[in-house]
Amino acid sequence: MSTYRIVHYINQFFGQIGGEEQAHIPAEKRPGPVGPGLAFKQHFGGEAEIVATIICGDSWFNENLDLAKKTVLEMVREEAPDLFIAGPAFNAGRYGVACGTISDAVKTELGIPSLTGMYEENPGADMFRTKVLTVATSNSAAGMRKAVPAMAKLALKLLKGERVGASAEDGYLPDGVRRNFFEKKRGSARAIDMLLKKLSDKPFETEYPMPSFDRVPPMPAIKDITRATIAIVTSGGIVPKGNPDHIESSSASKYGSYNIEGVNDLTSESYETAHGGYDPVYANKDADRVIPVDVLRQYEKEGKIGKLHNWFYTTVGNGTAVASAKKYADEIAEKLISHEVDAVILTST
Amino acid sequence: MKLELGYIDIRGIRFGDHNAVEEGILVVNPEPLLKPVLEDPLIKTAHFEIAAPGESIRITPVKDVIEPRVKVEGKGGVFPGMVSKVDTVGSGKTNVLRGMAVVTAGPIVGFQEGIIDMTGVGADYTPFSQLHNLVLVMEPVEGFVQREYEKAARLAGLRTAAAIGELARNLTPDETVVYETPTIAETFSEELKNLPRVGYVMMLQSQGLLHDTYVYGVDAKRTLSTLIGATEVMDGAIVSGNCVSACDKNTTYHHQNNPVIHDLLAVHGQSINFVGVIITNENVYLDDKIRSSDWTAKMAQYLSLDAAIVSQEGFGNPDTDLIMNCTKLEKQGIRTVIITDEYAGQDGRSQSLADADALANAVVTGGNANELIILPRMDRVIGTLGYVDKIAGGHAGSLQPDGSIQAELQVITGATNEMGFNRLSAR
Repeated sequence: MSTYRIVHYINQFFGQIGGEEQAHIPAEKRPGPVGPGLAFKQHFGGEAEIVATIICGDSWFNENLDLAKKTVLEMVREEAPDLFIAGPAFNAGRYGVACGTISDAVKTELGIPSLTGMYEENPGADMFRTKVLTVATSNSAAGMRKAVPAMAKLALKLLKGERVGASAEDGYLPDGVRRNFFEKKRGSARAIDMLLKKLSDKPFETEYPMPSFDRVPPMPAIKDITRATIAIVTSGGIVPKGNPDHIESSSASKYGSYNIEGVNDLTSESYETAHGGYDPVYANKDADRVIPVDVLRQYEKEGKIGKLHNWFYTTVGNGTAVASAKKYADEIAEKLISHEVDAVILTST
Repeated sequence: MKLELGYIDIRGIRFGDHNAVEEGILVVNPEPLLKPVLEDPLIKTAHFEIAAPGESIRITPVKDVIEPRVKVEGKGGVFPGMVSKVDTVGSGKTNVLRGMAVVTAGPIVGFQEGIIDMTGVGADYTPFSQLHNLVLVMEPVEGFVQREYEKAARLAGLRTAAAIGELARNLTPDETVVYETPTIAETFSEELKNLPRVGYVMMLQSQGLLHDTYVYGVDAKRTLSTLIGATEVMDGAIVSGNCVSACDKNTTYHHQNNPVIHDLLAVHGQSINFVGVIITNENVYLDDKIRSSDWTAKMAQYLSLDAAIVSQEGFGNPDTDLIMNCTKLEKQGIRTVIITDEYAGQDGRSQSLADADALANAVVTGGNANELIILPRMDRVIGTLGYVDKIAGGHAGSLQPDGSIQAELQVITGATNEMGFNRLSAR
């Protein structure tokens, strides 16, 4: 079995060149591990080795960002490593930003998996935690003994292509990706533990921090509805019979656009629902119950509305992630605008 | 109220020429058990199959999972208002066939029934892989109406479980546990009055269109939020009538073994004062949502709660009820923890809930139901694989040519339960 090759990035302090007075030194590369790299070596257990260490002054990196990135990337490229590790940077701000910047660049520009580590309040953490796996460390180098094994463990997982566990399991800062894992206790017992902490004003950690919820203010009312073109958009899953685009019954991966030119009534022969979240009998019998094509055609005839748009847009809301729904809505909205639609009737189920 | 549960451990199920529990083995003679099931004109065929933990068996489409119990002493019978006549349950003595379940299977809506794997990776996600399952596989008559057939299948499962439970009436339990809940006056006693007053708000699926729960036989969508005794729930006062995504529907088994109730009772009198259970529905109309959550908060205040745990059922639309319940409790100064699950997309990058509020700052999650899972082929299928591509969480091509299934966790019965039945979580 061959040993995995790793390039390690550290700053002038951990490279044992000097403190703040040496922060101006440009990047240099040395063969093998230096400083914290020696500690990593112990935890790789012979499965991986640091083939080169890049030492760079924090000021030089941050003040010459483009040149620094280019220089370090070239040094990494020459080694053709299997993995790139930067830090850990603990709470050192410029070091953290450098670690985040360069790991992200190695990952995206060289396609080499990267890993860094820092304290959660390091400014580099907020900038890069969703881009590069960032192991959570304490706020000072005293935490090296804990940081290194956690980073080494995750490094080996990345090298072997093993599934990365949830942040709470593998000890990295939440990266915006939700991952399942098995806790030690069942949910009800965890809820009671959390409640007892909340009751006694002790710190507790929610398992899901609330997102900032996107509330959209309604548009002003249509001035003259008798001239307006009105479209139908639905998450109720109404599709032409047979569901030609195979929209899923839950967690829809797509939406459909269907032409209803000349269609005055949706019948059970030609339309149905693909939605898996409700008793479909009534929607299948008469899909107008979910998208009122019949009534809108009637209104069109009577001049109560200007026009019913000849396409309707449909997906299944059941179990569909908000991010997917947003993506479909963006595309549908563009179509509606390009067709000069004035208003939309949005139906669910 | 004081209820004594006598647990009789079931170590296996086999077919035989009589019905009995013999030294921990359930012996099943199908004919007399199936006769009343087949008397229902909507049920065309019915038969039993047996699945034991660890066997290479896939059960699908699963409707409900029910633990057989029998009322030995005290008022009423199991599943009051549904199988037994309406009478207040929750006191006296009830025997439980522990370690087994009656599972109802067969197509109803197609989209909305789940999968139980008895071995392999899928078995890790469903608690029912750990049980000896007596599976009642049913088929409807041609041209059936789904909501009528759902009722027939629901009653067939509950009646069968009651009949099996009856076999344990005169047995000596392997273990006896006494559950006792206080009256309001008792919650102010010397020994309890200094402990934090904690309530449990249990949200019941009541969106309608086959998303229904029954309380003493009453459809929960036609109810106002109310109080129920913890031990009443153990005696089957609440049963599932759901055909909804399998992963986070509360089966009847979940209600009978409600983990929040069990865990709160376990610490009652030590670290907390478990004052009571409020049940509230998840109707689809905004007026109903406002009314039910107002009522929940009112009742919590009336009980002088310091804190509450709220459990959910389902997702999407009920997320609004969950957030309303939570925020209204918090605004009264009642410290609240909610239990939910997530729909964060297959890549895990989406917002997880359909509603959110900063006051919901203490959340327990049952995991991301959208996460993809590959279930290996099983040697035997109980039911049919015909719906795997269509069920909630499946997609065209979910069923692979080699018999394995690639689908979202949603398809597995009980996988992301929002009563906190499982250890699964997400970060």
